[in-house]
Amino acid sequence: MYRAGLPEAQGLYDPTRERDSCGIGFVANIRNVKSHAIVRQGLQVLANLNHRGAEGADPLTGDGAGILIQVPDRFFREECKSLGITLPEVGHYAVGMVFLPQGEAQRRACEQAIERCAAAEDQKVLGWRDLPVDNSVLSDEVREIEPFVRQIFIGRGDNCPDVDTFERKLFVIRKQSHITVREKSLAGPEAFYIPTLSSRTICYKGMMLATHVDGYFTDLKDPRIESAIALVHQRFSTNTFPSWERAQPFRFLCHNGEINTVRGNINWMFARRASMSSKRMGKDLDKLWPLIGDGASDSATFDNALELLISGGYSMAHAMMMMIPEAWNDNPLMDAKQRAFYEYHAALMEPWDGPAAVAFTDGRQIGATLDRNGLRPARYIVTDDGLVVLGSEVGVLDIPESKIVKKWRLQPGKMFLIDLEEGRIIDDDEIKSELAAAHPYQDWLDKTQIRLVDLPADVEPMAPDPKTLLDRQQAFGYSQEDLKFFLLPMAVGSDDPVGSMGRDIPHAVLSDRPKMLYDYFKQAFAQVTNPPIDSIREESVMSLVSLIGPRPNLLDMESGGSHMRLEVKQPILTSEELEKIRHIESREDNPFRSVTLDICYPAKNGAAGMKDAVDALCARARDKVKEGYNIIILSDRGLDADNVAIPALLATGAVHHYLIREGLRTHSGLVVETGEARVVHDMCLLAGYGAEAINPYLAFDSIEHLEDALPKDCSVEDAHYHYIKALNKGLMKVMAKMGISTYQSYCGAQIFDAIGLSSAFVDAYFTKTATAIEGVGLLEIAEETLRRHKAAFGDDPTLRDDLDVGGEVQYRIRGEEHMWNPDTVGKLQHAVRGNSRDVYRQFSATMDDNSRKLKNLRGLFEFKWADEPVPLDEVESAAEIVKRFASGAMSFGSISYEAHSTLAVAMNRIGGRSNTGEGGEEAERFKTLPNGDSKRSAIKQVASGRFGVTAEYLRNADEIQIKMAQGAKPGEGGQLPGHKVDAVIARVRHSTPGVGLISPPPHHDIYSIEDLKQLIHDLKNVNPTARISVKLVSIVGVGTIAAGVAKAYADHVLISGGDGGTGASPITSVMHAGAPWEIGLAETHQTLVLNKLRGRIRVQSDGGIRTGRDVVMAALLGADEMGIATGSLIALGCIMMRKCHLNTCPVGVATQDPVLRARFKGQPEHVINYFFFVAEEVREIMAKLGFRTINEMIGRTDRLDTVEAIKHWKAKGLDLSRILYKPEMGPDVAVYHRESQDHKLDQALDNQLIAQARSAIDTGKPVKIETAVKNTNRTIGAMLSGEVAGKYGHAGLRDDTIYIKANGTAGQSFGAFLAKGITLELEGDANDYVGKGLSGGRLIVYPSKDVKYKPEDNIAVGNVVLYGAISGEAYFRGVAGERFAVRNSGAVAVAEGVGDHGCEYMTGGVVVVLGATGRNFAAGMSGGIAYVLDESNDFELRCNKAMVALEPVSEDPRATNRPPTEVNGLSEVFTNMNGDDALRLRILIERHMHFTNSSRAREIIAKWDEYLPKFVKVMPIDYRNALAKMQTTAEREAKSEIPMTAQRD
Amino acid sequence: MGKITGFLEYEPEDRDYDPVEERIQHYREFVLPLPEDELKKQGARCMDCGIPFCHNGCPVNNIIPDWNDLVYRGDFKKAIEVLHSTNNFPEFTGRICPAPCQEACTLNIDDQPVTIKTIECAIIDKAWDEGWVEPVMPRHRSGKTVAVVGSGPAGMACAQQLARAGHTVTLFEKNHKIGGLLRYGIPDFKMEKSHVDRRVAQMTAEGVKMRTNCHVGVDITVDQLTQEFDAVVFAGGAEQPRDLPVPGRELDGVHFAMDFLTQQNRRVSGERLKVNKEIWATGKNVVVIGGGDTGSDCVGTSIRHKAKGVLQIEIMPKPPEAVDKGTTWPDWPMKLRTSSSHQEGATRDWAITTKRFLGEDGKLTGIETVRVEWQRDEKGTMKLVEVPGTEAVIKAELVLLAMGFVHPVHDGMVKDSGVELDPRGNVKANTEAYATSKAKIFTAGDMRRGQSLVVWAIREGRQCARAVDEFLMGYTLLPR
Repeated sequence: MYRAGLPEAQGLYDPTRERDSCGIGFVANIRNVKSHAIVRQGLQVLANLNHRGAEGADPLTGDGAGILIQVPDRFFREECKSLGITLPEVGHYAVGMVFLPQGEAQRRACEQAIERCAAAEDQKVLGWRDLPVDNSVLSDEVREIEPFVRQIFIGRGDNCPDVDTFERKLFVIRKQSHITVREKSLAGPEAFYIPTLSSRTICYKGMMLATHVDGYFTDLKDPRIESAIALVHQRFSTNTFPSWERAQPFRFLCHNGEINTVRGNINWMFARRASMSSKRMGKDLDKLWPLIGDGASDSATFDNALELLISGGYSMAHAMMMMIPEAWNDNPLMDAKQRAFYEYHAALMEPWDGPAAVAFTDGRQIGATLDRNGLRPARYIVTDDGLVVLGSEVGVLDIPESKIVKKWRLQPGKMFLIDLEEGRIIDDDEIKSELAAAHPYQDWLDKTQIRLVDLPADVEPMAPDPKTLLDRQQAFGYSQEDLKFFLLPMAVGSDDPVGSMGRDIPHAVLSDRPKMLYDYFKQAFAQVTNPPIDSIREESVMSLVSLIGPRPNLLDMESGGSHMRLEVKQPILTSEELEKIRHIESREDNPFRSVTLDICYPAKNGAAGMKDAVDALCARARDKVKEGYNIIILSDRGLDADNVAIPALLATGAVHHYLIREGLRTHSGLVVETGEARVVHDMCLLAGYGAEAINPYLAFDSIEHLEDALPKDCSVEDAHYHYIKALNKGLMKVMAKMGISTYQSYCGAQIFDAIGLSSAFVDAYFTKTATAIEGVGLLEIAEETLRRHKAAFGDDPTLRDDLDVGGEVQYRIRGEEHMWNPDTVGKLQHAVRGNSRDVYRQFSATMDDNSRKLKNLRGLFEFKWADEPVPLDEVESAAEIVKRFASGAMSFGSISYEAHSTLAVAMNRIGGRSNTGEGGEEAERFKTLPNGDSKRSAIKQVASGRFGVTAEYLRNADEIQIKMAQGAKPGEGGQLPGHKVDAVIARVRHSTPGVGLISPPPHHDIYSIEDLKQLIHDLKNVNPTARISVKLVSIVGVGTIAAGVAKAYADHVLISGGDGGTGASPITSVMHAGAPWEIGLAETHQTLVLNKLRGRIRVQSDGGIRTGRDVVMAALLGADEMGIATGSLIALGCIMMRKCHLNTCPVGVATQDPVLRARFKGQPEHVINYFFFVAEEVREIMAKLGFRTINEMIGRTDRLDTVEAIKHWKAKGLDLSRILYKPEMGPDVAVYHRESQDHKLDQALDNQLIAQARSAIDTGKPVKIETAVKNTNRTIGAMLSGEVAGKYGHAGLRDDTIYIKANGTAGQSFGAFLAKGITLELEGDANDYVGKGLSGGRLIVYPSKDVKYKPEDNIAVGNVVLYGAISGEAYFRGVAGERFAVRNSGAVAVAEGVGDHGCEYMTGGVVVVLGATGRNFAAGMSGGIAYVLDESNDFELRCNKAMVALEPVSEDPRATNRPPTEVNGLSEVFTNMNGDDALRLRILIERHMHFTNSSRAREIIAKWDEYLPKFVKVMPIDYRNALAKMQTTAEREAKSEIPMTAQRD
Repeated sequence: MGKITGFLEYEPEDRDYDPVEERIQHYREFVLPLPEDELKKQGARCMDCGIPFCHNGCPVNNIIPDWNDLVYRGDFKKAIEVLHSTNNFPEFTGRICPAPCQEACTLNIDDQPVTIKTIECAIIDKAWDEGWVEPVMPRHRSGKTVAVVGSGPAGMACAQQLARAGHTVTLFEKNHKIGGLLRYGIPDFKMEKSHVDRRVAQMTAEGVKMRTNCHVGVDITVDQLTQEFDAVVFAGGAEQPRDLPVPGRELDGVHFAMDFLTQQNRRVSGERLKVNKEIWATGKNVVVIGGGDTGSDCVGTSIRHKAKGVLQIEIMPKPPEAVDKGTTWPDWPMKLRTSSSHQEGATRDWAITTKRFLGEDGKLTGIETVRVEWQRDEKGTMKLVEVPGTEAVIKAELVLLAMGFVHPVHDGMVKDSGVELDPRGNVKANTEAYATSKAKIFTAGDMRRGQSLVVWAIREGRQCARAVDEFLMGYTLLPR
């Protein structure tokens, strides 16, 4: 039975959370020569991208694949003839591919529906064709949901003068058919879907493996199937539920990426409906709604919107530029006209923001484009006979090198287009220049654009007297902490404030205190399926520009210069700016009319009155918009003792959604003037629910009253400016953590999950926001608001002269409750130090009681005890149970050496696992101590900074953990300030003492799920015995990601709670990002079980596990293992100072200060005692539950009950049944870890290499190996390096001991973690991640001798080359992709050109670029040196100079007068890093020439004097200072020795 | 906030005393306040902990980090506001509190704690000096009446809070003046009585009616109170002293400590003694039995009386001078504490018990003692065992019994009211409602919890006031 793929939502599993990612590609004949060969080649591309896809529990169940081609006229004409159908001439008929129900009656009903829809549009149905298919290639599971596939032929009606009109009619027919079938339920319980209906293109796709597309659709094997293009797609979905319609390509495109803002985009599309009209489409436009089907994937949604734009008359390229604009804001390199084009279109449509590689075609043109940050790979080649092959990888088709005339890649934001009718390639600049010149966009902008800053000044209202201010602050819920931890630091320091340790206070819905509505929302963040962005280092792609006011008709292509727009640089308005908007009408010739709507209502109406007040507000907003007001200001300035304000967030969400529903939202702008919003999180929510600009007036007033606390040189105006700056930075960070780069896309995108709000409430005011556990509704929110209001204007003596204490960040009396408090900390420490189980019992009783006092979700659960408990001595022993415990990832650097190594010793003694955290580990610790102890951490973390991640480090792991996110700051990077980087830490991290280190927000080799799969594969290669773990943070939807992780062959997944700790993180993130582990763990377990993947992967949970009860809860909810991090630190003496980020930890745990480290008193026994106490407690509970082993207990949510007595006034609305949902899958489906992953290491080329290099590994005797490679040979050299590092450590072998010469195109991660002593020479080219983690080896890549193109103008290696390289050398003859040498710590590299973000975050090593670079070179570069040949003299514009200085390279006779033939070793390169530049440069270029035979290098050497002045040296400022400091110290030491020698004399 | 590295930069400094030879010549306070700049440094040592353990170490939950920071920044005015928000009488606790907060201070783990008590005292002293302490008048009157019986720290705190909530409060005191143990028990050299007087003045202005010389149960019945008032609070303290019923107890020269101390306090303030016979230590060998704070006060008073010699003995073994902070902090540790009175010239002895009082002509001449050991019996309970052969006789003309108080005096008010008692003989009530078994009657302070610290009495008074307010009004805004 054909059903719409995904199962119903059940438990916490929600099909709308599905994520997918993919391999894409196309093959095209530029001259539009149609052939069957192109189709065959397309299918071949698919097969060669197979490793980018995934398979499910059943290896035959792929995630879907497909091919889109031009309608093969000859084939259909002949086929139809035999069916008795006569096809008219080309362009006069269309073919529809239709997925129909298997049931005959339903099928017929659906067919008739299409026929009727066609007739209604006056088009002629010519007939149907049954498709021959062979379903033996499908898995059983997929066969069960196989559609009945038929093709319909429709003739062009007389009402269509041209093909475009015909296509538009076909669009209407398709839409109308879908609508009719759905509305009348014609398909019965089965599904109905039309993949394509067009006169130009046809798509064959479905739920088969990439290699089986033509196996299923046997048509495709017919040589009469001819096309000049073949667009192919191979899907990797995060789950295994098969879905035919989610397979790609869609009608116009295939998409490898994620649209992070899709919820907002859908809302805005919907909101535009009323303001949309099109001369071209006329009444047809109305027949297309609903344009976007709910539950469609984001790619399908994108396709729908694109189709609308194309039907509306935009060209494909034009539409793509609107939907995925380049980063135009503040781009000095962009042509002015193109800038104007983008700026003009920004008002028409917000970007569909997210990583994307899109290949698109309408049958006449075929092209591809990349998102503004280049977060997906796309490489292409052009041959001398007019063939273009584009794909996620190079090497997907075997094309002789001699035929290739161009090898290149799509660059960030760039487009590549082939016009088949014109028979030529149109490059990015030509497409865009042409479009930009089509209309006078700049003139239009000049006429219509009003910048708020340019409006005449207005008078801002005076701040109120202190008493009134206090009352208002109280009514809006301000606490002392808001001033102390947020407003004051922001007003002084311009940054969102940083704190440490985790969140241990109740969720808003469980708190006794009235909480702000903001507290019920958690920020969502990117993990795995798309990357977060570094909003600081990659600010070039970020934009906070906001357009206030009505939006133009999206399909209006005629009256371009007439629509006025009001623009702000960023969305936080000062009170003066708000007055400008309020009085905007008084400006002459001004199209704007603003109206202020008071969102307060009489307090005497009480909580029950809020509903009416909200309804009335919405109605007023509607009326005002209809009256022609086009800027609505929602204001709570009217608050006073008698009038209470509707929470501004509620008012905003309510009005925004109401206007969307009324179709009026794009008629008016929405500005919020509120005393309520004050911190970054508040602004984010207002923005996320539709505010185009925000004036937090009370925060400004409050800062004015803090004047006395401001530094003397900081005026109130400065303070306001700083505060806005801090909010801006924070906003960008929150946007960036979801991978969103523009405010326009973020606005209304609803990137939040609700924790503790009822569905009814959310549906009404925050429509489509996820809420996992239900909770309070409007009445309770109103009650909380009223309580605050009453307290503010009442007689409470503690509030007479002061704000409420808050107590959320720090424990305070009369403040919020904390799990860790004086009592619990003291008791735990007494228990572990005195080895007293009795005291531990007191501790755990208090903790568990705190849980039960509604402080966390598990507190709401109770055990269902067994009728017959088992005797305690039959329960698994504590010694076994503790092996399931881990101590949490904490880096040496964030905690002291003492704390770090004590934890390791403790965990090793009990067989549990400690975790290095991000920051490496000293090799000395890998050796066992004489007393049998070991300081080696069993888990080696691999985080985004890759600090100290060498082959040796990985080799010394039992588990390698890829940290995708951290509970306290998911989606964010980290920073270790220079003053914390002492000599030891610098050594371990392979960096320079005194120079700060940055961990980027994303892993630059994980922008998607298939990338993660690749990294897992890389790590497994280096250390095949270590299990590979992926650390995720709990959030609604994490279960789906975990399923993807399981399919990416991770052995282990950690679901970390959002409450987890940190050494330093913005307090906003600690408090507001990530969900409790209970939700994420339960969702993960349920989704894995439903997908039959649970047995393949171990599941761990952490982030607030403290007692035996917690451990049992975790097991029952689905965890195999548990992590206790904060608890173990407290056992070692941590007292929750929350000062980790300040280096002043007074107990020596989280500090590097030697004086304070001396105070550390923790002993391994303390941790061991704690873990055994917990384990014994677990046993006692297990006995009472009747379980003998932990395995029996995993996932047994049926043994949990919700506490009957939820009497709490807020908590009573909670519904935890979804957490407790237990999927019933039968005994065959594993519910705990009991199987293992097949990593397919046996297929690795390295097995042969190791065999061939065996003697070299064993004896050090040099060996030379030659091998052919292709793109499916991934991670070449890593397994071999693991062997070398295992035996010889980081020191490795002598240079060139193992010399491998490879020929062909290497797959991803070529030479990853290559150990010293191994040389990989590649004649050919390579894909992404070449030399990642390079650990001393040498890499050489140069094109085949046969090529005819100029190597320096073509691409040699892909993106993210040398990421996290530690040491070694790399020489690339040709250009490298984006992010070359990102986070390089010490390798030297030469390339002949690099893409955007070159040398990003680099901390050491030397990079030479003998050609142009992309934008944002050296962003976040804190160490090492780069030399760039700047022939066009514009490098300065391409370089991010925030941390580096640009200098010329001065002449040096030692460099100039070198004998031409000699090749020097590297020793001179590193001798004097603070000088000898010319010499260093010369040596490296000579080596480059020597190894790659580069003509470019030869030319430069030959004309050294001419070229040298064109080189720019890029020198990090801190690095230079640190080097100088080290030099003076060394000199001083040297000098101090002189007198001693003198004395001896 | 504060100075992040203050604790690493500034040495701990605390208040010093006048020299012994000077201070024992009078009954005035002799503690030397820290200069303001030094005080600020001491405030800067506070680390503004994520969990301020001091905060719970302190029974009234003083918000210590906040006012430490304010003192560091020189904002004493704001500091007293914060301090007053949790503590009605910081000048009392700033002088006589044993400062459990300082034991709980996180700097106490490895270092010297912040001198919290000194800072507290300086804040309130400055506030009085500057005239910042003013009556806090209620905005509205509730029309409800409350009788608070007993004007010690619990009764005072309770009465003040209730008055501020708008109730009409009458504070009953059996003695001539308000203050209870604060006035009659604690020697002036520890705390001068003007501190109490100032508060009485403030409370009077706030509307509290003072009914001194009115002994409830004697001068007025409990029934009269319950009829006249909407609520009654028993805050009569735990005045029943623990006796030492050994042979010779009746001898002249064996006295309860409180009788001795009260007399001296009355003398200092010029109040009539109302006793037949004065108790003087002058020229005598004095033995103080009991090692607590009251005993220490007896030592200081005896020295000022110019006793010939003062010996303080204690039945418990000598506590250690240093403790394992790993298993005690942040709790109150059992350790040897040496008070200013001890420094003034007393000897102390531990693990010693009194077998009998010896006398001639009905007059005390000495005591017979024996050393004891604490041993664990087979059930694991600790038992006191005399050590054979350690009997000794100590010469003494005055013995002061300072072995604590067993429970409130039952005769009179407590018995008359018929309130239920707990197993220890205290008036039974929990710490949520503070309600006795009898309607309208509440209880707080030592009368409820048994003998304790002044700071606990203040806490109970405040919390009880909150409970009474809620009882009277159905809601309360008084802070816990």
